Amino acid sequence: MSLESRRSFIKKAGATGLTFWLGLSYVKGNNAAISTGAKSLTPFIKIDATGITIFNPNPEMGQGSYQAVASMIAEELEVSLAQIKIKNTGGEKEFGAGQWAGGSSTVREGYLTYRKIGAAAKEMLIKAASQKWGVSPESCTANEGKVLHASTNRSLSYEDLAEAASLLEVPKEPKLKDPKDFKMLGKSVNRPDIPLKVTGQAEFGIDADVPGMVYSSVERCPVIGGTLKSFDSTAAMKVPGVLKVVSAERWIGKYNSTGVAVIATTYWAAVQGRKALKIDWDTKGFETFNSTDYEAKLRLLSNEEGLIDKQKGSVDLPADQVVESFYETPMVAHSPLEPMNCTVHVKGKKIEIWTSTQVPVSVTGPGLMGDLPSLMGINPADITLHAGFIGGGFGRRLYFDYIVEAINVAKQMDKPVKVVWSREDTTKQGPFRPMTFSKMKGGLSAENALVSFQHKVISPGFMDSAMPNWDKTKVDSMMTEGISSQEYVFPNMKNTFVLADYHVPMAAWRSVTSSTLAFAHECFIDELAHKAKKDPLDFRIGLQPANSDTLRVLKKLREITNWDKPLPAGKARGMAQWDFFAGLSAQAVEVSLTKNGAVSVDKVFVVIDLGTVLNPDNVKAQVEGAVIMALGAATQPGITLKNGIVEQANFDTSPVTRMNQAPEVIVAIITEGAKIKGVGEPGLPPFAPALGNAIFALTKKRLRKMPFEIEFV
Amino acid sequence: MKTIELSINQKTHRIEVDPEMPLLWAIRDIVGLKGTKFGCGQGLCGACTVQLDGQPIRSCQTPVGSITAKQKITTIEGASTRLEKIIQAAWIEHQVPQCGYCQSGQIMTATALLKSNPKPSETDIENYMSGNICRCGTYSRIKSAIQTAAKNASTKSKS
Repeated sequence: MSLESRRSFIKKAGATGLTFWLGLSYVKGNNAAISTGAKSLTPFIKIDATGITIFNPNPEMGQGSYQAVASMIAEELEVSLAQIKIKNTGGEKEFGAGQWAGGSSTVREGYLTYRKIGAAAKEMLIKAASQKWGVSPESCTANEGKVLHASTNRSLSYEDLAEAASLLEVPKEPKLKDPKDFKMLGKSVNRPDIPLKVTGQAEFGIDADVPGMVYSSVERCPVIGGTLKSFDSTAAMKVPGVLKVVSAERWIGKYNSTGVAVIATTYWAAVQGRKALKIDWDTKGFETFNSTDYEAKLRLLSNEEGLIDKQKGSVDLPADQVVESFYETPMVAHSPLEPMNCTVHVKGKKIEIWTSTQVPVSVTGPGLMGDLPSLMGINPADITLHAGFIGGGFGRRLYFDYIVEAINVAKQMDKPVKVVWSREDTTKQGPFRPMTFSKMKGGLSAENALVSFQHKVISPGFMDSAMPNWDKTKVDSMMTEGISSQEYVFPNMKNTFVLADYHVPMAAWRSVTSSTLAFAHECFIDELAHKAKKDPLDFRIGLQPANSDTLRVLKKLREITNWDKPLPAGKARGMAQWDFFAGLSAQAVEVSLTKNGAVSVDKVFVVIDLGTVLNPDNVKAQVEGAVIMALGAATQPGITLKNGIVEQANFDTSPVTRMNQAPEVIVAIITEGAKIKGVGEPGLPPFAPALGNAIFALTKKRLRKMPFEIEFV
Repeated sequence: MKTIELSINQKTHRIEVDPEMPLLWAIRDIVGLKGTKFGCGQGLCGACTVQLDGQPIRSCQTPVGSITAKQKITTIEGASTRLEKIIQAAWIEHQVPQCGYCQSGQIMTATALLKSNPKPSETDIENYMSGNICRCGTYSRIKSAIQTAAKNASTKSKS
């Protein structure tokens, strides 16, 4: 490499510190060709003899980032998706801090940045061509991977121009296209990862195939919070194929626990060896823990004053009518279909990793979800990460506990080791979405006007789970997510938080705490609407300020549902909305009663507010999926502990929605708003309250506990 | 350990394995075809579905030793019949996969459905496919893709 310096500028976008290097490599004072043979206009676009490659730093877990990032860059670069190869990045330094996926952030945070990356490269390619031809850059255009000079009918391919372009200055504020000229953004373009996924060619983390690789299955303490005391591997070592039995520590947030890893020539042999282990666990007193006791404790804690999340006016004034309710939700597992897994090869100081992760940046250095190298005392330069397609993330793969554990296993083996968790391991070991309990209180005037609103959240805390020294006198704002930022105007409001001590590792689950708090909040709004003898949609509209984003969404919901036209007898509907960091959506759910008294979820109407839309069909797909996931969480058993052990294990005891349970989903996308909002998560929070409200409308039975204790077809 | 002959995608593989090892791991880790996925290990999710002599089976529940050399195994990599290509094309037309992890199993099951029932009703599809979990929730698209494939398979075969 004859790269002597690197000119770059750093573009920061969004509150999370998403950083992109929009730069180019060049040889100072030396116009000779760069010896790598590949011309890099920015790290995100590579042009060489084999063509154009665009790098995707936001791991693809189903949400469509593989296409979204490439199309934002390609649109401005003026290449079609058919002309490019797309590669996922692996936490390499040059791709910056934005190498992660979560929070529905790929487009809402990267929309302008990615377009600028493409636009800057295009300007450089045009300039290079214009210099070659001795014409003005303004007289040239770019299209389909070529620069054209129309008046002289000349053209040069990007491949031919890459070297000259790479020696030019990077424009700091490249001109972006007028959206009316977009060729793919805003259109339902086919996703380029899909052909790979219908032919079995897409490589997921679990598909890593490293020469000389052996396999491992790890027995972890069944009692959450416990750890290894001692083990006897005599019988396990006699199982044919078993090579070694070692202990390995797993760290997640403030918790660590040691398990016993059986390493064998095949995964099957490792599983047989694991069954033959004799282990003495130190269960540290957690073996008496029961979820039912903990739930009772949460109910009791609801009498505490709590920490103030947000207060407005005074809720202590007497109201003519008072409504009080208590809502409960369970822990749930993420259950990605690809079980947790990680392959590691430790060669001296060098560590090579193959896995599915939402946070490549944190696996190779400091990032949003922590810093694995510094945690484990590894030099970041010694880590190489191969990040595969992700077989479902949903927040679970924001945590790198399974990577830490696999490194600790592989350190004790002179071969690459693939650690595969069973489905039961994946369900039983956490981390889990925390349960939240909500104490609600509202006051109405004699004229049925809402005068006060209170939401108290009682729950374990994300921050308390993540950090050993979390200051418990502070509100964990992840646990009160959204309750104080709805656009409703309440004359008097008081939202509070009571932290409950816990010993079970907690994790963000698709739409984070909005997945539970929206249920309490929006069902309670419904209760207040009924108390005030108002239509639930009218009641919500009446609480909105003029021109709020929520108002726009509620009006659209009224339109697409034909809200004002009564449903036929035997059918009913309910609605809800939710506005949180990831975005905004409102939903209406239509239900009916079957002959045997079970509830049928017939139809779901969804309005999602986006500001701009990249791929409408993909938005629809994401919303459909979010609704299906929310239906499962609302109606299927959650995660419970008995004698310290998670009671659920596989898809029989921890079920997810199946095809015969999936309702029809109708999606309307709004793009009039000024703010760009997320896609992957907002379709989830309004579903459970809309369903609960629909069931109330149908049966007059108010469901205040998830999973709903009612029979569904 | 035992020497077992497997015919996978019309190719014979001679492997040395514990006959109790599930076919899934033999396919993935010994033969090296990674398109068939591990989801639950209990026959509850369908991600590991392959065809054995045209019938869908859960490879995670099938000991490799129970299969004879004469039996023909088809995995997603070998999905190359006219019907399978029509199904894959329908999957692309309806943009079915999200994360994609379950889709090999979905397509192998859908193929078996359309072979035994070329014109399935919506209920037929639901009944046949409900053993296959898609955590991303692509069910309505799977349903539409099967309906499109059924139509294309019948119209194209008539012409």
